[in-house]
Amino acid sequence: MPVEIDIEHVARLARLDLSAEELEGYKDQLGLILEHAARVQSLDAEPHAENAHPLGLFNSFRDDVVLPSLDRDEVLAAAPETAEGYFVVPPAMEGE
Amino acid sequence: MSPMPSVVEAGRWLRDGETTAVRLLEGALQRAANCEAQIHAFLTIDRERALETAARADADLADGIDRGPLHGIPIALKDNMCTRGVETTAASQILAGYRPPYDATVVSRLGEGGAVVVGKTNLDEFAMGSSTENSAYGPTFNPWDITRVPGGSSGGSAAAVAVGSSVAALGSDTGGSIRQPAALCGVVGMKPTYGTVSRYGLIAFASSLDQIGPLTRTVEDSALTLEVIWGHDPLDATSYSGDYPDPKAGLDRGVAGLRVGVVKELSGEGYEPAVESAMGEMVSRLEGAGVEVVEVSLPSFEIALSAYYLIAPAECSANLARFDGIRYGHRGQGSTTEGLMSRTRAEGFGPEVTRRILLGTYALSAGYYEAFYGQAQRVRAAIQEDFTRAYQQVDVLVSPTSPTVAFAAGERTANPLAMYLSDICTIPSNLAGHPAISVPVGLDSQGLPIGFQVMAPPLGEEVMYQVAAEVERFAGFELAPTLQEVAS
Amino acid sequence: MRWEPVIGIEVHVELLTDSKMFCGCAVGFGAEPNTNVCPTCLGLPGALPVTNRAAIESIMAIGLALNCEVSPRSVFHRKNYFYADLPKNYQISQFDNPVCTGGYLDVEVEGASHRVGIERAHMEEDTGKSTHVGAGGRIHAAESTLLDFNRSGVPLVEIVSRPEIRSAEEARAYAQELRSVVVELGVSDARLEEGSMRFDANVSIRPQGSTDLGTKVEVKNMNSFRSLERAVEHEIARQIGLVDSGGKVVMETRHWDEEAGVTHSMRTKEGSSDYRYFVEPDLVPMVLDREWVRQIQETLPELPASRRERYRRDGLGDALAGVLAAADPALRHIYEDAVTVGADPKAAANWVTGDVIAWLRRRELDPIELQLDGAALAELVGMVGEGRISSSAAKDVLDGVLSGEGRPAEVAETRDLIQISDRASLETLVAEVLAANPKAVEGYRGGDEKVVGFLVGQVMRATQGKADPRMVDELLREQLLA
Repeated sequence: MPVEIDIEHVARLARLDLSAEELEGYKDQLGLILEHAARVQSLDAEPHAENAHPLGLFNSFRDDVVLPSLDRDEVLAAAPETAEGYFVVPPAMEGE
Repeated sequence: MSPMPSVVEAGRWLRDGETTAVRLLEGALQRAANCEAQIHAFLTIDRERALETAARADADLADGIDRGPLHGIPIALKDNMCTRGVETTAASQILAGYRPPYDATVVSRLGEGGAVVVGKTNLDEFAMGSSTENSAYGPTFNPWDITRVPGGSSGGSAAAVAVGSSVAALGSDTGGSIRQPAALCGVVGMKPTYGTVSRYGLIAFASSLDQIGPLTRTVEDSALTLEVIWGHDPLDATSYSGDYPDPKAGLDRGVAGLRVGVVKELSGEGYEPAVESAMGEMVSRLEGAGVEVVEVSLPSFEIALSAYYLIAPAECSANLARFDGIRYGHRGQGSTTEGLMSRTRAEGFGPEVTRRILLGTYALSAGYYEAFYGQAQRVRAAIQEDFTRAYQQVDVLVSPTSPTVAFAAGERTANPLAMYLSDICTIPSNLAGHPAISVPVGLDSQGLPIGFQVMAPPLGEEVMYQVAAEVERFAGFELAPTLQEVAS
Repeated sequence: MRWEPVIGIEVHVELLTDSKMFCGCAVGFGAEPNTNVCPTCLGLPGALPVTNRAAIESIMAIGLALNCEVSPRSVFHRKNYFYADLPKNYQISQFDNPVCTGGYLDVEVEGASHRVGIERAHMEEDTGKSTHVGAGGRIHAAESTLLDFNRSGVPLVEIVSRPEIRSAEEARAYAQELRSVVVELGVSDARLEEGSMRFDANVSIRPQGSTDLGTKVEVKNMNSFRSLERAVEHEIARQIGLVDSGGKVVMETRHWDEEAGVTHSMRTKEGSSDYRYFVEPDLVPMVLDREWVRQIQETLPELPASRRERYRRDGLGDALAGVLAAADPALRHIYEDAVTVGADPKAAANWVTGDVIAWLRRRELDPIELQLDGAALAELVGMVGEGRISSSAAKDVLDGVLSGEGRPAEVAETRDLIQISDRASLETLVAEVLAANPKAVEGYRGGDEKVVGFLVGQVMRATQGKADPRMVDELLREQLLA
């Protein structure tokens, strides 16, 4: 069963600026992989509770205690562009 | 090549005063110097830091401070574990030059255990791959035949242990990434029960599947290393806080009276005859040692690979969203934030990572979620149920670790699906979160190692190691890769 | 056609925990940029979240205060979208299994109570802060964006109302009531100006009597209750005007421009958003069992609505009950203690909400600094009631008490404010005044009632205002008629 893929939309959602040629290649590969992956649809099963943890863990909380933060200079040292203690990016094209 | 000691041997020599941590490290570094040009197991070796740690380990021992089985032992780390101040790239261009401001919990534990980190090993970019060919810094090659892959994604760790550039190593296993390269390189590779080794500081591929574990020369080394790195970590919400088993308890117990299940679905088409015969031979030896052998069927295993290649990419698509060129790593050019992010990511990620991000984004997107991701989660539940049913009948399950021995470099790079099939035997344990180990059991006619997998129920590490130790004794495997050292 | 507005409000409230939602960084407003950050809230490779128990207890308290059901089992999801101030480029939030569902909040508009349904309240993490620098500070004209992640990961509760609000006024009343609830619970300071409380309104219109929902428009960027009311008012009018003139409302997000008093369409994103929610694999489910819910329930303070009702039952009118219920806890305690020891509730409430607050303002003091207890207030109210001091003298007495001069009786004594209500001495005084004013007496007898006031004034002057005016009046009439 061929799978329909709007590869440009998917690449945009994933923020990947790929060329038309690259997109075409990925689309073909994804088609093949998804055809194989679609075998999951052969399972006839009820929905289950969403806890994949094999030990059934729940309620892993931490206490509301303040711990030391990182040193700002160390944090900013890894960034491509900073100014006056801030990370810097070009403007957003649009609001959120 | 003179054989490198195991953790146990090295530990004995250290305490008997026959060697020092510095000498052990120097031996490992020398081996690396001689082998790296051919196998490229390491991305980073911080010689100075390692020598400092080794010297401290020696000083501590001299002062009577013994930090346990890994004290003074050279250990290699897969380069997806954060090491404070030491470059950590996950073999990706997007993290070129990145130095984390913190240590992963396993790194801290190794430090507390007195271990000496030799360096950071190569991997498939972000641990996505089965051959260590998807590294932005070039592939690793198999020490038994350098025209072949070492498996992956922890191929660098497996190759480093195989040649003795490190006594032990840590890898991460999301779909078989410790066990499969261990099998292909002839070492012992183990994935613990999900939630027993902290993932804090492990650069995530698929959070619900990733688990750190040891690659070692012997089964006992594996158990000893596991004991150092596992245990509850408050920094990882999925970390188990209850009682842990004793992985060493059954090592010398033998296997008489145990029930072993041979997984019907992990055999047949696609499995090399040498792999199947090595497997059959070992099962017979176990039977001869008093094991009750049962063939068991876990029908959901047939679609485990399909489920895995939806769940893992879906999680990876979110986990890798943070690499956007703003706070760290590579930055592409862009006049808007979106443009900058999209360029950064297109430039920074290699093809396999890009493919999986696209795949996962698609599987989660509106209109396809139910048919793909949602259904994959149900398959996952079915796999857990099949395992539960099987363990009512048997103590452990066994299978080959990989359907084939090490394949030729480049053979599967153009065909992602063929590459994905390398993980068919290992994936079910990840989807269920169960422990599993690969033990080398022999060589095929070309002299390439074959791995035997033992799977156990959650927290079943004791019985898993019990069986693995017996398999190791029966196999009498000699870790002696044919690699010709090249003096540097 | 007559149109009915349909309004739903989404409120975001930052919680006042000490540490962030998923890491140990401090929560605080106004710190130097990027100083309260760690691997987790910066989204560094390998970092993991661990849920803050106090935040979960806070949202449980909010849910219970809003009459919600606390889900016995709740999970976090990842909400995927790329944005520069969202470090992981996904937000840990909740999707189809939030902590709280299905409650309500009663709000009052012009004395009438309306019940607004609450759809859900869920837990999430806040984003960092973007500052757009460039021409005019406007987003579209920005040259670059500065990012500060101190706010990243601050616990945030989103409370979503049902579309059951029918006017801009009600929208405002709902938001105000909600604020007073979270402030009362002590889980948030809900400061609009600091952004620790923010709201968006979903506005649509439909023909009166219809039960269908029209196309909704999301209105953002209101930063005061008044701007919320104005924005909703404007949006309702805009939609009605549009439809009445043959236009059609389009689904979009609009930005409220406070200065211009209008909403602007925000540039719509290409394609609809697709958040690709899935269960957060780094966290495990939360089991919020009955015992835990009961413990939280027990810690809930009295909420503004029930307090208002209780004050009404004390005999205070709607307005006074409302003002007092919203007053500072220190003031309410003085009132309540005074009433407990027998003070007239209305008088006590008037003192507290009137002269006491005015005095505090003049001195620029905080209510907790007051040197007034319930017993003293009751004493003051009693002295006025019994006529021992006049109401104007009582203001002096209050000033003395608040200034630390002593109990009301002592102050009245030392400031010489006790009324003369000794009948015998007042009778003598009245007789003297009558004798001194024969003309007035004559006038009264000729039927001029007004002279009584004049005569009372004369007696009061003779006593420097300390005579009990009622008794003086009574004695004057007695003697005039004799």
